Amino acid sequence: MNAPIFNTSPHVSDEVRKTTCYMCACRCGINVHLKSGKVSYIEGNRDHPINKGVLCAKGSAGIMQINAPSRLRAPLKRVGPRGSGAFEEISWDEALALAVSWLKPLRETAPEKLAFFTGRDQSQSFTGWWAQAFGTPNYAAHGGFCSVNMAAAGIYTIGGAFWEFGSPDWERTKLFVLFGVAEDHDSNPIKIGLGRLKERGARVIGVNPIRTGYNAIADDWLGITPGTDGLLILSLVHCLLTAGKIDLEYLAKFTNAPLLINEAEGAEKGLILKNAESQPFVIDKRTGMPAPWDGKGVEPDLGAIWQGHRTVFQHMAERYLSPEYAPEVVAERCGITALRIKELAAELARVAFDEAIEIKQSWTDFRGDFHETMPGRPVSFHAMRGISAHSNGFQTARALHVLQIVLGTVDVPGGFRMKPPYPKPVDAHPTPHFTAVPGKPMAGPHLGYVRGPEQLALKDDGTPARIDKAFTWENPFSAHGLMHMVIPNAHAGDPYKIDTLFLYMANMAWNSSMNTSAVMEMLTDKDANGEYIIPRIVYSDAYASEMVAYADLILPDTTYMERHDCISLLDRPISEPDAAGDSIRWPVVEPDRDVRGFQSVLLDLGARLGLAPMVKEDGSAKFKDYADYIQNHIRRPGVGPLIGFRGNGDLEGRGPANPNQIDAYIANGGFYQAHVPVEAAFYKPWNTAYQDWAVKTSFYESPQPYLFSIYSEPMRKFQLAAEGHGQIQPPDHLRARLKQAMDPLPVWYPPFGDLEATGWGYPVHALTQRPMDMYHSWGSQNAWLRQIRGKNFLYLPTKIWAEHGFIEGDYARVISPNGGITVPVAHMAALNENTVWTWNAIGKRKAAWALDEGAPEAVEGFLLNHLISELLPAKGDGMRYSNSDPVTGQAAWFDLRVRIERVGPKDHSEPAFPPVTRVLPRGETR
Amino acid sequence: MTMLPSHTEKKLGLVVDLDTCVGCQACVTACKGWNDQGYGVPLSDQNPYGAEPSGVFLNRVHSYQVQPVEGASQIINFPRSCLHCEDAPCVTVCPTGASYKRVEDGIVLVNEDACIGCGLCAWACPYGAREMDADAGVMKKCTLCVDRIYNENLAEEDREPACVRTCPTGARHFGDFADPDSNVSKLTRERGGYDLMPMLRTKPTNKYLPPRKKDRPQDASLLGPLLDIKATGFAGWLDKVLGKI
Amino acid sequence: MQPAPSVIIFTVLSGMGFGCLAFLGLGLPLAVGWGAFFHWGLGYALAIGGLMASTFHLGNPRRAWRAFTQVRTSWLSREAWASVAALLLLSPVALSDWLGLEWSRVPGILGAVLCVATVGATSMIYGQLKTIPRWNHWTTPPLFFAFMATGGAILTGNRVLAAGGAVALAIALIAAFRFGDRRFAQVAQTIGTATGLDRIGEVTVFELPHTGQNYLLREMIFVVARKHVLKLRVIAVVFSALLPLALLLILPAHPLSFAIIAAVHMVGAASARWLFFAEAEHVVGLYYGKR
Ligand SMILES: Nc1nc2c(c(=O)[nH]1)N[C@H]1C(S)=C(S)[C@@H](COP(=O)(O)OP(=O)(O)OC[C@H]3O[C@@H](n4cnc5c(=O)[nH]c(N)nc54)[C@H](O)[C@@H]3O)O[C@H]1N2
Ligand SMILES: Nc1nc2c(c(=O)[nH]1)N[C@H]1C(S)=C(S)[C@@H](COP(=O)(O)OP(=O)(O)OC[C@H]3O[C@@H](n4cnc5c(=O)[nH]c(N)nc54)[C@H](O)[C@@H]3O)O[C@H]1N2
Ligand code: SF4
Ligand code: SF4
Ligand code: SF4
Ligand code: SF4
Ligand code: SF4
Ligand SMILES: [Mo]
Repeated sequence: MNAPIFNTSPHVSDEVRKTTCYMCACRCGINVHLKSGKVSYIEGNRDHPINKGVLCAKGSAGIMQINAPSRLRAPLKRVGPRGSGAFEEISWDEALALAVSWLKPLRETAPEKLAFFTGRDQSQSFTGWWAQAFGTPNYAAHGGFCSVNMAAAGIYTIGGAFWEFGSPDWERTKLFVLFGVAEDHDSNPIKIGLGRLKERGARVIGVNPIRTGYNAIADDWLGITPGTDGLLILSLVHCLLTAGKIDLEYLAKFTNAPLLINEAEGAEKGLILKNAESQPFVIDKRTGMPAPWDGKGVEPDLGAIWQGHRTVFQHMAERYLSPEYAPEVVAERCGITALRIKELAAELARVAFDEAIEIKQSWTDFRGDFHETMPGRPVSFHAMRGISAHSNGFQTARALHVLQIVLGTVDVPGGFRMKPPYPKPVDAHPTPHFTAVPGKPMAGPHLGYVRGPEQLALKDDGTPARIDKAFTWENPFSAHGLMHMVIPNAHAGDPYKIDTLFLYMANMAWNSSMNTSAVMEMLTDKDANGEYIIPRIVYSDAYASEMVAYADLILPDTTYMERHDCISLLDRPISEPDAAGDSIRWPVVEPDRDVRGFQSVLLDLGARLGLAPMVKEDGSAKFKDYADYIQNHIRRPGVGPLIGFRGNGDLEGRGPANPNQIDAYIANGGFYQAHVPVEAAFYKPWNTAYQDWAVKTSFYESPQPYLFSIYSEPMRKFQLAAEGHGQIQPPDHLRARLKQAMDPLPVWYPPFGDLEATGWGYPVHALTQRPMDMYHSWGSQNAWLRQIRGKNFLYLPTKIWAEHGFIEGDYARVISPNGGITVPVAHMAALNENTVWTWNAIGKRKAAWALDEGAPEAVEGFLLNHLISELLPAKGDGMRYSNSDPVTGQAAWFDLRVRIERVGPKDHSEPAFPPVTRVLPRGETR
Repeated sequence: MTMLPSHTEKKLGLVVDLDTCVGCQACVTACKGWNDQGYGVPLSDQNPYGAEPSGVFLNRVHSYQVQPVEGASQIINFPRSCLHCEDAPCVTVCPTGASYKRVEDGIVLVNEDACIGCGLCAWACPYGAREMDADAGVMKKCTLCVDRIYNENLAEEDREPACVRTCPTGARHFGDFADPDSNVSKLTRERGGYDLMPMLRTKPTNKYLPPRKKDRPQDASLLGPLLDIKATGFAGWLDKVLGKI
Repeated sequence: MQPAPSVIIFTVLSGMGFGCLAFLGLGLPLAVGWGAFFHWGLGYALAIGGLMASTFHLGNPRRAWRAFTQVRTSWLSREAWASVAALLLLSPVALSDWLGLEWSRVPGILGAVLCVATVGATSMIYGQLKTIPRWNHWTTPPLFFAFMATGGAILTGNRVLAAGGAVALAIALIAAFRFGDRRFAQVAQTIGTATGLDRIGEVTVFELPHTGQNYLLREMIFVVARKHVLKLRVIAVVFSALLPLALLLILPAHPLSFAIIAAVHMVGAASARWLFFAEAEHVVGLYYGKR
């Protein structure tokens, strides 16, 4: 037998260029192989901290993205009516001149008439800086419709958050509980971590109405009823408290549990008791006398009562010991048996306390007390939008953090670990800035953390200063803005009319908006004199998305392989618990079209508008392009976008700008890591070694040790206002809701409209999940990915499937208070019996994305968004509240309630929109 | 040529861990990406942007629902690629000798220069591991990345299949089943790795690790840790609890 | 399995063709002159036409010659050799019949055997496939032989043999249908054994691995509507066997009659062969929850 001879060592590529993937927001490192100047193959970068060599389905399909026929080719100017998609190609000079002619007058007269919202933006510290220089208060990115509840609840409670800002101690944790996660931003790190747990045989428990993906491999699955996690979590706290299975030492030393709460009636009631120096204090067990909260050797007494004022600990215990949180009471509502809840509590207790671990590593805390070792409780949690995308999400996320705290599992070995620049307490964050002065920049950053009513973004007349009504009584802690309310508010002229809507990287005419059909109308709606109600829309996209058709001016961006980008510690870095990290993208291939990197375009625009930080004295442009900015912009003395290779390339964190910094990054694989010293690896919020390192590495100007906030004083301040105390008062119709939502101790209340909805006959919960192999709307233009998932079904639980006698091939009518859709269905048994769901953003508008009009994505594929209103149905008082969390304004996507009817076989989904006029020809071959 | 070797020096293959696979499809596009520019002709796609896209993939990930006799229904993700069978029917049916099993490592390959695209091998494969390329008219199948695992142009650590290298959860393992001490042999022993459709006597080299037992039965005996404190009233509770430190 | 026209035409024509040649090789009937020329011509035309058609479903017909290389293991190679050998060996016989040279009939007899071998090999290409239980059964070769005999006898005007063949064919078809319907169950492969997940519980498909099309779905996962099946089975049996049988008994022994009977038989044969493929379920369908 003579086997054919062939070369088992073929030449792989001429060159490998290391940059950062952007098939999603996870920011993995990629090795881009080039053959004769063309990208031939993409693989993961083994040295990269995020993905350690692996890639997800999207990342490996990047080659189909950068060559997709849907890539925009040149700047476009609308010629036909808006939404018709009739454009003409123009030059960049024309495009920029046009933009200047629109924006310059606004800046000189009313900067707030520019609303600049930047969706899926990885350069928020830059775009925010630009908006600040322009002087408009109307800036934010996608966080508001994404998962601000997670971020805000985390910062206000533990000074850190889930998302990708922290992670379980994958190497040490023995029990991992996952609440409401299908994929998350940390796509690959979570998968790598789960793999490690499986390897070690550690236990994974999934709390999720749907058992797919991560939850499918979980050892145990709790198919909870949507919106009830807060109740489940507080019931777990109840069980742990009752059994005394709580970490008292941790609570006493590192949280505000021993602080005293003012019980005196009046404007101070419920605030943390302060001493003469207006410092909070504790009662020292050794003396029974008040002592500074951060005093050396102090042993805070959790049980103290001082002049009738009791500790936070007692208030907490009293609330959660109450029978209303007993498993038997919450079981039915949560859809989980009481025994199962107790089992989980018992398991948490067993692993946290009976299987505690310890690292032989000494450290010194902020009180100056020395610790021989680092004890750890190997229980960890992760949670994301399943918890946060509900109108009770902020409080639920707070509840989860409190559960972590009572178990003593935050920033300890085996627990949840924060990634630099976190931990970072509320007080180390800015407060929102919102005052617009014609011709002037804004005094400070737009987004921040409100400490009390006096910091709300309200004009003197009490009306909202921002178009999205962020930081108002309707949602005081809207730390990421409310991008989902911009178009509805601008259309309604409430709180005021705007002139130019400037969007970047957000498909607002489709999957990113609630009530999509209505939004499309708002974008094209005209007033009495035939003028568009939203006069001008400028948009930057890289591809022929649904949104493109609705803009007046298109600024075509490059693909992620054709431009410079900066993943900065000023923004959303690529840190890991043991190292701060940032990275770049750089043009590994040159664009073959007349497109420009958006950030460079923004700098050019800024210079043409004469925005101070973007021009030299002589008025000429200060930065050649974004690369120039990345290397030479100085945010604070010695601090710029990148922490690595500063100065002469030998400085880390702080140091002068380095003109060769990007080359140094490229040589280093496209990223940089500043490693956390071993003695600083855990107990970071209180660990002097960490605090000093953080200052040195530029995360703060001085050490910021703090106590975790089981009890949130800023929230209590809003409650006090709602109770009538203080100068700044909420409108009466919001008082009741504020009293409930701003409870300083985590509470659970039914998601808004939930009870009514059932009453009105919408008994079923409707959810979406992220497919691991698609990224929102933009995966479908990918020749490989769309073959895997080119169509979505609505999955029905056995109960509903049987009840209506559905059979394979059927369609269903899905009706919500906001409207109806007709969609293909399929049966799924591993699903909460009152929940239906589908994959997010698979449905496409006909002819978008350079796809055929008969593409399954556009014919059978569908969105749930048509069913979700940005406003809740009118209440008794006729008021329509926004469909958001009352604390942060986070879009409550998952509060959706529907009714299901069987339709029978059908060949297309409804509503079926007419095709968009093509801005690009249909793709033929790849 | 289409005689099967009586014995192969190595038995290279994959172990797929169904307890760990989250069904992310990463191995699917990584495979497509490598093989589109690797061994043989590219993996073509037909009307990739059309109403009915179609294309060749050498690795596909299914998702099944499994209803145990007791307990909740489960979802199990199931990657499927060539199992590099020892008694490979796809090889013996081949009229041209294009299909063959390598003596040195047991990899089953198609010599595309000799393939007439008759499709018989795909008919003979129980596992749907072969897909005909519509453009080139030759049969495509998993090569076990034969052009990676021995490739001197790749770093030592990268000489493994693309799907294994990329799998984020580490659910795919590559090794030599002929060596009892190899990672794959160990995993197969320890976790009870099994064959697909053994009754068809194809003797697959690849093994599947079964999902671990899920959903422990509800059982009050597990509540031990919650039972120590018995206190009456909040004050009593406070004493008991705080008494502990 | 996908009932590809090329394969249906190939198997039907070559089956009849080699049947025809076999009878001529054996000298049944012993025709001479233009009659012989016509019969032999018809036999060769069908056999060769069939073989040509078979190359249409190849991805690379240019390389078809390679199909001769694997006689030791491949039934397709064996078929290739047998067919060519038969055609070559019979050519002098054909020549002598046409020109009345009265050469030895020995090659004729050997050729006939090779014709049978050819059809046997064809049937084994299908019969050997464990993956397609319906084919992987003893009824497959007899079915092919019955078609060969009937078709061949009709074309060569062997009234009695044709009648006999028709009866055999009817029986073979019905047997194939009856046994075939039970085959998949007998082989006892299920979505559970295909995935090995039967060790946990009852397995059903949640999501397919791709919403797009692929070779497997096109080629091996062809589902026929049950209601058509019965109709087609009746057509198959009636037109390929029963009706020809009746016509053989009533029509006068005139070439035209045989032409008509042949046409009728072919219709039946085609639908039988369409069903042969369309009804054949491949175990790979289990992975897709299709069977
Ligand atoms: N029903 C439902 N709706 C949801 C959600 C849900 O769970 N359920 N999730 C919500 C959430 S959390 C979010 S974050 C949003 C996400 O929604 P979006 O933030 O809108 O995300 P994409 O759909 O990816 O749209 C981003 C746009 O950026 C464009 N783009 C891609 N790459 C580039 C580039 O390099 N440069 C430029 N300039 N543009 C680019 C894409 O073409 C696309 O038009 O969806 C929300 N919508
Ligand atoms: N592949 C891929 N990765 C992505 C994205 C993508 O589009 N594709 N999008 C990125 C973006 S913008 C975001 S915001 C993140 C979001 O990442 P995730 O937080 O994972 O967001 P979803 O996919 O919406 O998953 C929400 C999960 O919560 C569950 N859930 C819904 N309601 C409840 C509830 O009340 N309780 C519990 N316990 N669970 C519930 C749903 O079943 C679902 O599993 O993913 C990011 N990563
Ligand atoms: S998770 Fe996937 S798509 Fe996202 S950055 Fe990483 S490799 Fe790219
Ligand atoms: S990459 Fe790994 S986890 Fe993902 S589908 Fe493939 S085997 Fe499963
Ligand atoms: S899996 Fe199929 S293709 Fe692979 S060796 Fe076995 S029979 Fe042949
Ligand atoms: S398709 Fe190619 S490899 Fe397969 S049997 Fe035919 S010739 Fe052999
Ligand atoms: S081994 Fe290589 S060819 Fe085979 S499935 Fe994995 S990546 Fe594809
Ligand atoms: Mo998001």
